[in-house]
Amino acid sequence: MERTIFSVSCCGRRGMDLPSPEVPVPDPRTVFGPDALRQGPLGLPEVSEPQAVRHFVNLSTKNYHVDKGLYPLGSCTMKYNPKLHEDLARHPAFAGLHPLTPDALAQGALGMMHELSSFLCEITGFAAVTLQPAAGAQGELTGLMLIKRLLTDRGQGGRVEVLMPDSAHGTNPASSTLAGMRVVSVKSDGRGMVDIGDLRAKAGPQTAALMLTNPNTLGIFESGIEEITSIVHSAGGLCYMDGANLNALLGKARPGDMGFDVCHVNLHKTFSTPHGGGGPGSGPVACIADLAPYLPEPVVTAGADGSLRLSCPPLSLGRLLAFSGQVGVMIRAWAYIRTLGADGLREVSETAVLNANYLKARLREAFEIPHDDGPCMHEFVISGEPQSRKGVKTLDMAKRLLDYGFHAPTIYFPLIVHEAMMIEPTESESLDSLDGFAEALLSIAREVEEKPHLVTDAPVNTPVLRLDEVKAVKDLDIVEGWE
Amino acid sequence: MSRLSSILGGDRSSMLEAIGAESVEDLFSPIPEPVRMRRPLDLPPAASELELRRLFESMASGNSGSGLTCFLGAGAYDHFIPSAVNHILLRSEFYTAYTPYQAEVSQGTLQSIYEYQTLIARLMGMECANASMYDGASAAAEAALMAMRVTRRSRVLVAGSLNPRYIEVMRTYLSHGGFEMNEVPFGADGLVDLEAASKLCDGGVAGLVVQQPGFFGLVEKLPPLAGLVHSAGGLLVVVADPVAAAVLRSPGEAGADIAVGEGQSMGIPLSYGGPYAGFMACHREHVRNLPGRIIGRTVDRAGQTGFVLTLQTREQHIRREKATSNICTNEALMALASTVYLTLAGEEGFREVALRCFANSHYLEEKLLAVPGVKRMFEGPFFREFLLEYPVPAVALRDRLAEKGFLGGLPVPGLREGAMLSTATEKRTREEMDAFAAAVASACGEVR
Repeated sequence: MERTIFSVSCCGRRGMDLPSPEVPVPDPRTVFGPDALRQGPLGLPEVSEPQAVRHFVNLSTKNYHVDKGLYPLGSCTMKYNPKLHEDLARHPAFAGLHPLTPDALAQGALGMMHELSSFLCEITGFAAVTLQPAAGAQGELTGLMLIKRLLTDRGQGGRVEVLMPDSAHGTNPASSTLAGMRVVSVKSDGRGMVDIGDLRAKAGPQTAALMLTNPNTLGIFESGIEEITSIVHSAGGLCYMDGANLNALLGKARPGDMGFDVCHVNLHKTFSTPHGGGGPGSGPVACIADLAPYLPEPVVTAGADGSLRLSCPPLSLGRLLAFSGQVGVMIRAWAYIRTLGADGLREVSETAVLNANYLKARLREAFEIPHDDGPCMHEFVISGEPQSRKGVKTLDMAKRLLDYGFHAPTIYFPLIVHEAMMIEPTESESLDSLDGFAEALLSIAREVEEKPHLVTDAPVNTPVLRLDEVKAVKDLDIVEGWE
Repeated sequence: MSRLSSILGGDRSSMLEAIGAESVEDLFSPIPEPVRMRRPLDLPPAASELELRRLFESMASGNSGSGLTCFLGAGAYDHFIPSAVNHILLRSEFYTAYTPYQAEVSQGTLQSIYEYQTLIARLMGMECANASMYDGASAAAEAALMAMRVTRRSRVLVAGSLNPRYIEVMRTYLSHGGFEMNEVPFGADGLVDLEAASKLCDGGVAGLVVQQPGFFGLVEKLPPLAGLVHSAGGLLVVVADPVAAAVLRSPGEAGADIAVGEGQSMGIPLSYGGPYAGFMACHREHVRNLPGRIIGRTVDRAGQTGFVLTLQTREQHIRREKATSNICTNEALMALASTVYLTLAGEEGFREVALRCFANSHYLEEKLLAVPGVKRMFEGPFFREFLLEYPVPAVALRDRLAEKGFLGGLPVPGLREGAMLSTATEKRTREEMDAFAAAVASACGEVR
């Protein structure tokens, strides 16, 4: 382990300087009184600039990342992040723009946001969009609140149930609770799709919404989608699409054309903005015209003279963030769409789907692939069930992949597949890289047969060995000097 | 073919052969025909890297506001950021990784977040902190929800001197799920009205949310508010300016149970409002009620120290509808920016930044008060932001000042037509402040 920055610290050093003071500093004791002042030290480290830089660069070398290699986390869409976009987002005219700048002096930022809004409407097939949500989960909350507002205005405010398949992302039920709604789980059928019979039985006068990821978390396109959305509509509910898997659909199919009423888009997945080690993301929400009046404040609107301004929709559900959302992330997504255009985006989805199907075909010889009835979309789920019968868990195989120099797939999700490994290669990968990954997993499957300890002992080629998560909870230590 | 594509035509045919499909189009056969898109997306044509740079330059020229000398704050501040911060953020290892699900190959991200949690907890005078929230406003809303979980009560009080946008965000978050939110008005002195607060503070109150310093820049007297809410069995939530916390009593020292705030002041550029990072700290007894990611220290199989995501049973991917929050992706990279920034600034440097903001704002206020007709809205001591009443409508004044090269402040016409909130960070020079005061003097004459 790299020592923590606090243990490197030594009294009197500093890594930042300021110009000499030009104005007198009043004595805070006199201004505020001694009682109002901080008593203890700040507890910040005392290191020089080279010490600080070396510390963080050394830490960085312990990370796996997309620029190093294939990062097949299912439903996370770990695609390459174009370098140009980092430069654009740091342009001083954007990075230095205060969020409360009068609209007339921020027309560049508003123009970018206005264009991005129209691109997202076109790509999703919806009438309106809010760019404000900070991440997918906040987008889900927004979408559910939109639905609730519309239902309430239609005299249907008593509807509180959100239908969702048992394969749903964890954020879906958590967002439903936050929106004051109740989750009703719908079964998946033998093909890994929504069980239409169960959906019919559960849709009813209590139904506010259906929340569905499409392609679903098994990487399967819900081929009954028109029937699904029409069942929910007939019951009086609205349909929400979790857009986490939109990378399969660019220019191929649109949520708005499938009968959905609202969906969120993860700019940090489909639109190539970097994942940042866990954010920032951005989760714009697109919707039908009926929901548009309820969108959060602000939205970008154009005046008669073409000038743009931030405005508040007439029946807005309110604000989700203090300002206009993750503008720096929006710039990168805008640049991605402008780089690729319509044909390029369609090719993204075609290649993402091709890459996933190719990997699935290569892994079939050694792994169980549930619901393997036809082509998958941009990702697929394999099961480590046969290996687990030999005493090697999916977790072990995931750790062994780290030894082979790859990141592991999403594991133990979706919950409906035992020993699941959810694999999403993305369109960024070359054939060589896909083959390298397939060969690593096939080799691990052979190790399970021949030398299982290599897998259960893994990882051994990583900066640390397998970590004790139980101890982390039992002997909780989340800040330095905790004891 | 775009420069981002690595699959060639030849690759495609061998891959299709391995799959057993005739064409890529076959792979899309699960999508029923009626919902297939059979026309190209209506988007602008693809642009090369060079073209896009040109296009973006012309767009950037529309942001004339970024070239103005900034005296505007109101929740986002024009601070100096050392170059080293950006150089660390641009390490591919940090910015192109995701949530550290595989701890053994994510120790860089995990340890840096552990250090972030430590920095935030210390600065706030608390024992715990999480890995970050979306921004200060949503962190305040999550803190209110947390107070309700801890106390099992469903009503919170919100100080009227809280940033009005934060109040709006809290209202949005609390508008579902049977919660109630009451606003405690501020008194004639601009501070939370203690008497009004005590009338509203009964046994049903989960907590009081108060900002330090308040939206008008005034320093609140927190200990009596803490006493009031604690005697009712509720929690004190302090929305803290981290820069002010370097000089004023930290939230922990002032009796807060939960401290939240906006981290933008700590190494994050203005960026027209985002991405920023909310921070959230609390006492040890409430750690299991925190929302969001938390990193913990542990050991590996060989007994070496390492870091992992911990207390995950609070979170949505495990607890689903019973999770403490729906938050998943947060603001890890912005939290890293704050970690690097606070490390560089250090004990002495960060306190110096705070004192410079304090000194510059007081110098500027004095200069502005010398302009005929300008007066204070409130008399109490302020830290780095101040509300003045100008003899002309503040919106017109602001626009006039923009023509003179200044982002003068935030008009608060709801309070008084001439009211404008301003600040001066450590970046402002004496020359800039003097020029600004002179511009205000002439603008007051011109607008009138």
